[in-house]
Amino acid sequence: MTLDRLPIGNTAVITRVGGEGALRCRLLDMGLIPKTKVTVTKVAPLGDPIELRLRDYTLTIRLADAREIEVTEA
Amino acid sequence: MIFALVGNQNCGKTTLFNQMTGSNQHVGNFPGVTVEQKVGAVRGQKNCEVVDLPGIYSLRPYSDEEIVTRNFILNEQPDAIINIVDATNIERNLYLTLQLISMRIPMVLALNMMDEVRHNGGSVDTEKLSKLIGIPVVPISAIKNDGVSELTRIAVDIARRRQIPKVYDFCPAGPVHRCIHSVCHIIEDHAQSSRLPARFAAIKFIEGDPIVRELLDLHQNDLDAIEHTIVQMEEDCGLDRNAAMADMRYNFIEDVCRQSVVKARESREHVRSVRLDRILTGKYTALPVFALIMLSIFYLTFNVVGSFLSDLLAMAIDGFAMLVDNALTAYGLNPVVHSLIIDGVFAGVGGVLSFLPIIVTLFFFLSILEDTGYMARVAFVMDKLLRRIGLSGRSIVPMLIGFGCTVPAVMATRTLSSERDRKLTILLTPFMSCSAKIPIYGFFTAAFFAEYQALVMMGLYVFGILVGIGCAAILNRTTYRGNPVPFVMELPNYRFPSVRSVLQLMWDKAKDFLQRAFTVIFVATIAIWFLQTFDLRFNVVADSAESLLASVGSLIAPIFAPLGFGDWRVSTALITGFIAKESVVSTLEILMGGSALTSLFTLRSAISCLVFTLLYTPCVAAISAVRRELNSGFRAAFIAFAQTGVAWIVAFAVYLLLGVFL
Repeated sequence: MTLDRLPIGNTAVITRVGGEGALRCRLLDMGLIPKTKVTVTKVAPLGDPIELRLRDYTLTIRLADAREIEVTEA
Repeated sequence: MIFALVGNQNCGKTTLFNQMTGSNQHVGNFPGVTVEQKVGAVRGQKNCEVVDLPGIYSLRPYSDEEIVTRNFILNEQPDAIINIVDATNIERNLYLTLQLISMRIPMVLALNMMDEVRHNGGSVDTEKLSKLIGIPVVPISAIKNDGVSELTRIAVDIARRRQIPKVYDFCPAGPVHRCIHSVCHIIEDHAQSSRLPARFAAIKFIEGDPIVRELLDLHQNDLDAIEHTIVQMEEDCGLDRNAAMADMRYNFIEDVCRQSVVKARESREHVRSVRLDRILTGKYTALPVFALIMLSIFYLTFNVVGSFLSDLLAMAIDGFAMLVDNALTAYGLNPVVHSLIIDGVFAGVGGVLSFLPIIVTLFFFLSILEDTGYMARVAFVMDKLLRRIGLSGRSIVPMLIGFGCTVPAVMATRTLSSERDRKLTILLTPFMSCSAKIPIYGFFTAAFFAEYQALVMMGLYVFGILVGIGCAAILNRTTYRGNPVPFVMELPNYRFPSVRSVLQLMWDKAKDFLQRAFTVIFVATIAIWFLQTFDLRFNVVADSAESLLASVGSLIAPIFAPLGFGDWRVSTALITGFIAKESVVSTLEILMGGSALTSLFTLRSAISCLVFTLLYTPCVAAISAVRRELNSGFRAAFIAFAQTGVAWIVAFAVYLLLGVFL
């Protein structure tokens, strides 16, 4: 499953981070690496981007970018 | 001695900087760093300065801020790095720390917000942490000024003893370790000759960093050997090079944290933020609340706090002018010099000065929005809308700052990592009406819309935004096609802003404004007074319509005739507005010599003039900031001319349209 399809409030573990270039490096730097636990906490009022909780902090990314991140629900 | 202050965004870096330096700050320029950095003398230490570097998450060369920080450390070789870390979010913060450590410069870790961690039942074994990462660790609370003097003492101490970080190997034995070491070995000589720390260069090389690759300038067979090593590592550990490096750092960090950190239970600050966000970023409430907040900021600034204080100040200035006027008359001063002081300096500078409270108030609110963490939420909420005009949510920050002043707004576009987004945002910010235009609006609305002053002003702001959006939409479909930047942004917990930082910012803005009033605007008013008092033969004129200024102004005046204000006095005022927007008012005040604004304008031409001033070229300072950020004099000049063109067309359209109704 990809991260954009994880329902709000659910937690999953990252298995692969796709994408390329600056975006991918940014995701890795922010701690979105395989084996990391991540929770989807909210969707922005207009439906995009989404709000994530990982490593004790809150991060926001776009749905299109979340589609590049593969997860398995714990 | 020079210290570099480095840390993530939202970790209290600026607060710590202000605590360390007090108000003793200036903007420094360093060779090779195009961007201006704040520098401050460290309190209680002789010959010791600290540089506030941009907030960053990593040392990759993907945004200007990361490059600035990296180049500063590599080229300036600061005596020590002070790395500030948010203890409530230690894992992600240490990610940058590990990269800084590999630069082989004395370094101390300032563990900020320790009070918050303890409060929520967590703790950090600082001794253990210090041992594991090989640098001294000082727990501090920047906002309460706890531990800051201890931090300074240790920074000075390690800088004196040149104490290089003791740990630098973050990889356990295995494929990654082997790869880094063999790359290190191959590039060692090249790294030394280009003055790069070998380990830092090796890891950056593996990550494909183009700047490091170019600096190292390796031979083809070395390149082949390295590529082979990297591919081998990728096969052995099942991750590609970038993921492998990130994985190595986070694994090391997780291990360090397991040994030295007792995690807090869910923090009260986070719970509070979640609760606030239910409303502030809630599905149905977010947009109305944002509109409400912006409206109340403008209402409070223009109608309540700011305008009250402005009126008070204007009264004081008028009273003082009258006193001086009487004193000069009694003294029997030469009437021409008398006119210079009263009609020139007092009318001009005094007229502008009374707007100081409004401007400081506006900056006060903007800095609160930024420091509490609300600005990031606005970006989160508005991202989808801004993407329609080809921007990302992050562009909202420079745009909101643009309501204060275009110069810092243009500088704030540095946080955007794509060149295209930066250009488009820079083009857009001048449409966000800056605070220096407030005197112009105030001057006109007082004469024409006394009862609806605040409403008309807000209308102008909204109109500016709409025209800006229109321009962006056109540019997005023509010149600046392309995809917006990735939008990966932290949403920090809401915090009370530090009183000190807010006061510091207000003081900076007030100082800036006063400096302008007494330099640029002072000189401009004297020049205007001179030009309008004398004619071509330097005789004092009886009627300023025969003056030098009138002859210059009437040359340009016809351009504005179709907009309804073809009077030479208005065109002259608009030209002085290019030097500083406030001058438009001071020039008009001098030129009208006491007659009412209604004698120069009809309601129709007043509105068209307001629209023109709202949209026409930003001032010299803003244009030069644009030139610096875009690194192109041509583009900056283009912006000045294009905006004036847009302003003329829109004002003309408005004037025509009003002709139907009025």
